[in-house]
Amino acid sequence: MSYNHQHLLGISGLTTDEIFFLLETSQKFVEISERSVKKVPALRGKTIVNLFLEPSTRTRTSFEIAGKRLSADVINISGSSSSTTKGETLIDTVLNIKSMRPDVIVLRHAYSGSCELLKKLVPNTRIINAGDGLHEHPTQALLDALTIKQELGTLKDLTVTLVGDALRSRVARSNILLHKTLGNKVRVVAPPTIAHSHFEDLGVEVFYDLKKALPGSDVVMSLRMKHEYQKDYYVPNLDEYAVNFLLTESIISKYCPSAKILAPGPINRGTEITSELADGPRSLIFKQVTNGVAVRMAVLFLLVAGKNDYSPSEEEV
Amino acid sequence: MKILLKGGHVVDPFLGINEKKDILVNGDKIEAVESPNIISVRDEVKCIDIDNLYISPGLVDIHVHLREPGQEWKETIASGAEAAVAGGFTDVCCMPNTKPVNDSKAVTDYILDKAKLAKAKIHPIGAITMQSKGESLAPYGELTEAGCVAFSDDGRPVSNSQIMRRALEYCKMLGRVLTVHEEDLQLSAGFSMNESALSLSMGLKGMPDAAENVMITRDIELARLTKGRVHFCHVSTARGVQLIKRAKEDGIPVTAEVSPHHLFLDEKSVIGFNTQAKMSMPLRSQVDIDALLDGLNHGIIDCIASDHAPHETDSKNIEFDLASFGMLGLQTTLPIVLTLVSQGKISLNRAIESLTSSAWKSLDYSPKSIKKDQPADITIFDPDRNFIFTDKINKSKSINTPLFNREFKGCAVMTMVNGIFQYEMSK
Repeated sequence: MSYNHQHLLGISGLTTDEIFFLLETSQKFVEISERSVKKVPALRGKTIVNLFLEPSTRTRTSFEIAGKRLSADVINISGSSSSTTKGETLIDTVLNIKSMRPDVIVLRHAYSGSCELLKKLVPNTRIINAGDGLHEHPTQALLDALTIKQELGTLKDLTVTLVGDALRSRVARSNILLHKTLGNKVRVVAPPTIAHSHFEDLGVEVFYDLKKALPGSDVVMSLRMKHEYQKDYYVPNLDEYAVNFLLTESIISKYCPSAKILAPGPINRGTEITSELADGPRSLIFKQVTNGVAVRMAVLFLLVAGKNDYSPSEEEV
Repeated sequence: MKILLKGGHVVDPFLGINEKKDILVNGDKIEAVESPNIISVRDEVKCIDIDNLYISPGLVDIHVHLREPGQEWKETIASGAEAAVAGGFTDVCCMPNTKPVNDSKAVTDYILDKAKLAKAKIHPIGAITMQSKGESLAPYGELTEAGCVAFSDDGRPVSNSQIMRRALEYCKMLGRVLTVHEEDLQLSAGFSMNESALSLSMGLKGMPDAAENVMITRDIELARLTKGRVHFCHVSTARGVQLIKRAKEDGIPVTAEVSPHHLFLDEKSVIGFNTQAKMSMPLRSQVDIDALLDGLNHGIIDCIASDHAPHETDSKNIEFDLASFGMLGLQTTLPIVLTLVSQGKISLNRAIESLTSSAWKSLDYSPKSIKKDQPADITIFDPDRNFIFTDKINKSKSINTPLFNREFKGCAVMTMVNGIFQYEMSK
């Protein structure tokens, strides 16, 4: 098996085999982060530019650590420190970066489809989508899948239930694509303002009632309710949202007692999920973060190292 | 000198002509229209053999953006007119969203002054509200006097219903039609494509068809209330066609146009974040396309207008959400329409009617015809010629279109304005 794409722009376009290959490769990289010397020379002499034009702590840090553990030179450019605040366009920013010959650009940008635009500008540079608008966030979906696989031992015949703002979530879109590709059931549960009927066209089951959506769920994913909710009238207020959709240990243990809890973060405690559940034994939230580094190491390695199989033993420092 | 157009097949739906006729042009007027070989050819007549070609009254496009004054890097009146005649249009009506907005005699005068040197006849449309801001009425009498043929805030709706009511009432006095861009700005907020499963999966904000339909509904009611004349621009929804059908059955004075791209392309054109397919109204679904074609065939949709919207490359080579709306239309409208004719989706007679007499009537103007004493504004076209729209034959100053290198069946071959061939397709 192999990964034969130049970029990772989304889960869209990946086959089941490619998804499993990415996850298997990721699993091999998990161990490196457990070592006392957390570094292998796999990408020595390679340059990674993390171009994060939208605020991000977790994902940017994760990519940075991943690049550094592979011995690459990692440069971070963030929205506030870049020329974009001086009115420079994404295109000009990227053309300038391209002139400095990076091996890979990791892009986070507020606009859907930004990576497609980038692909045309820098045909010889590898591109990793670290979140484009509401479109995709493929490494998040992969790290979620890796976490599920480690916990449940399988990624087959699962029911994955997304709770909350799936409409304005790139994480939801990438997860829907990934699990539909693998043949799993995907549910979205939220108020009808969010859980549009168009989700059904994507093969997703739509629910408005947590009690109906949870039974049979193997994985429950808590999605963030953005604080600007009021501007777009999706819910009356977050307290009202919590009355109907707050994930608690008691509702999970009643309706899907064996389910694991994931959340892409950041989480709003008390609005989307209680602390008891988020910090409890069925929560995989911090395991997701740990796996994020491994997934990003694997993706960087596969795109940049120019070979498809990784064996940690050869790569000891 | 006189010109004899000999052997062509005349399609003039307004007069009910659909047969071979010879046409004698004298100066800027049509002098005679006769069955073949009746007009005798004398030495001073230049005889042009157009056997196998079709002739129609000069096509009119009642919805174009010429960008002058103010955005001459996108288009000028001269370049837009050149694109018009290359597309078979002898007449174009230009929307007022220039910089400044055409809400004064000064701007209308400026446009008409530039139009004197243009290859096509230019008819300015004035704004409905000052600066098209939707806050106060434009001086319709002054604008009519200066030469505006209709009023529109195209690109934006008139959101304030009271202003729309007053504008409709006031313009009755002047016999002018309001051509309206129907969009509920709250329902459409932030949109960059049609709202659908595709917009959901692409993570783009969609405009639901209801954003257009609620405003069509409002203006049907205001037309009913005021007896003022409403013309719906670029109708894009199946439901909109139904609403207009019902209004017409109720005797409410409304007309409607459809853009050729809404008859030819659906929302899938945006896949891959193709900004060239980003329009307002957005490209919709196949269901909508079928309903629009059906509406056009049954006269519910009166006419076809290009919504020619030139934009510089930089405004399209950008993030999808930030890209400009619109595409070129003047040189691809007739090829799209004739292609639809070749596919049997619309009759040739109805196609030409929707680009000539029905369009004039939508603005309450009497149509031009192929008959004696009419201005010699004539379009000669070939419904069978293969046509590929390329950068090389594009006459616009801009190149924004998703249709480059697409093959069409049929195109304009010669365009005569006031008795002068302003366009002849190179062999």
